Amino acid sequence: MNTFEYFPAKTVKEACDLLSQYGEEAKILGGGQSLVTLMKQNLVSPSYLIDIKNISELNYIRYDDEDGLRIGALTTHRSLETSEIVRKKYAMLAEMERTLASVPVRNWGTVGGNLAHADPASDVAPTLMAFGAEVTLTGSDGERVVSLDDFFIDYFETALRSDELLTEIHVPKPGRGGGFYYKFAQRATDLAVVSVATYLTLKADHRDMCKDIRIVMGSVGPTPLRSKRGEDLFKGQTINDTLIEEAARLSAEDAQPTTDINGSEDYKREIIRVLVKRTIKEAAARASMT
Amino acid sequence: METLRLTINGETVESLIDPGTTLQRFLHDTLGMTGTKEGCGSGLCGCCTVRVDGKAVKSCLILALQVREKSVQTIEGLAHEETLDPVQKSFIENGAIQCGYCSAGMIMTSKALLEENPNPSEQEVRHALSGNLCRCTGYHKIVKAVLSAAGRQKQV
Repeated sequence: MNTFEYFPAKTVKEACDLLSQYGEEAKILGGGQSLVTLMKQNLVSPSYLIDIKNISELNYIRYDDEDGLRIGALTTHRSLETSEIVRKKYAMLAEMERTLASVPVRNWGTVGGNLAHADPASDVAPTLMAFGAEVTLTGSDGERVVSLDDFFIDYFETALRSDELLTEIHVPKPGRGGGFYYKFAQRATDLAVVSVATYLTLKADHRDMCKDIRIVMGSVGPTPLRSKRGEDLFKGQTINDTLIEEAARLSAEDAQPTTDINGSEDYKREIIRVLVKRTIKEAAARASMT
Repeated sequence: METLRLTINGETVESLIDPGTTLQRFLHDTLGMTGTKEGCGSGLCGCCTVRVDGKAVKSCLILALQVREKSVQTIEGLAHEETLDPVQKSFIENGAIQCGYCSAGMIMTSKALLEENPNPSEQEVRHALSGNLCRCTGYHKIVKAVLSAAGRQKQV
């Protein structure tokens, strides 16, 4: 690991001040479950490391029936996984966490860190996008709220400016819907080969009709990708097998997976097709029970 | 260099370290506590598992400075004098050790599991240990050892 200067920040303000001072030469360290690996391989070599892990004001899970869920950026994956309110109101989120790496990684790694790292194989990103989540980015000049749809820009690149810190994740109130995350991986603790998170709500007066749907694919390109054509096809329609097949076909077409050691592009598209089908079916079944 | 002060197996330790030192390197190389091994060095194999404030973590992915003022438990901190911990005993009795390289991590993860969930199902044990790899492929006996340690702890 290359040498760096280490700053343990105690407050968000302190971290932001350090960021404005050192900008591109600085890196934020949360749980470091991705960053420390990259630093050990000298793939990332910051001159200044700002450790925010102990900023306790960023470690919380709050729920309100109107506002929904607010997750402090330094909440660990394990806290999200084991939170009673998350399990009850946002089951897909807690279930997704159970598929993320292993318990020791989830004990130290943070939800905000996972998003800011912007690995296209993230489990957290597609799941939160399916819920329509947004993130708060805080800089020395103040804060702004960005939808996760606009947050991811490219491989490991986000809308975060060099003097900004991701501080909070807001997940809207769940409504009468159901969601399901399906991760396809070689081994239990691996990153996703591909994954799909689907969240859908049903019409109040026609319980067999889809009101709204979000289908988000992970590990299929530079950023998590919404299947816009699949979603548009589904909205306002009566849910049936033909419609599900067609949405799955469109999603697979729109995915942009690349051939790598995990499989060929075609193979991944085929898995996407199957996962979209399965997640829609399960999400619809869950929505019908709300 | 930065000053690091923390508690390791109940004792306060103070040291001057390079900020890039991982917790695993600090324990293994600086303090000579060789029970905590680096396997893959990237958080996949679990050989380096220790507990920080009771929770199992991968010490190869944590900078030692991140555990300032915290309490770390390593495999060396389990036995009391000559008496082994019930989980250690169970690993021996069940022949859950082959080459031994993964054992410290397996045992530390199991300790954390059994404190959170004293009566796990086989499925729960396998899920908890999914981040610990044994290249001798001795998983069956390891799972058996954890389940039997759970039984033993219940009797106490």
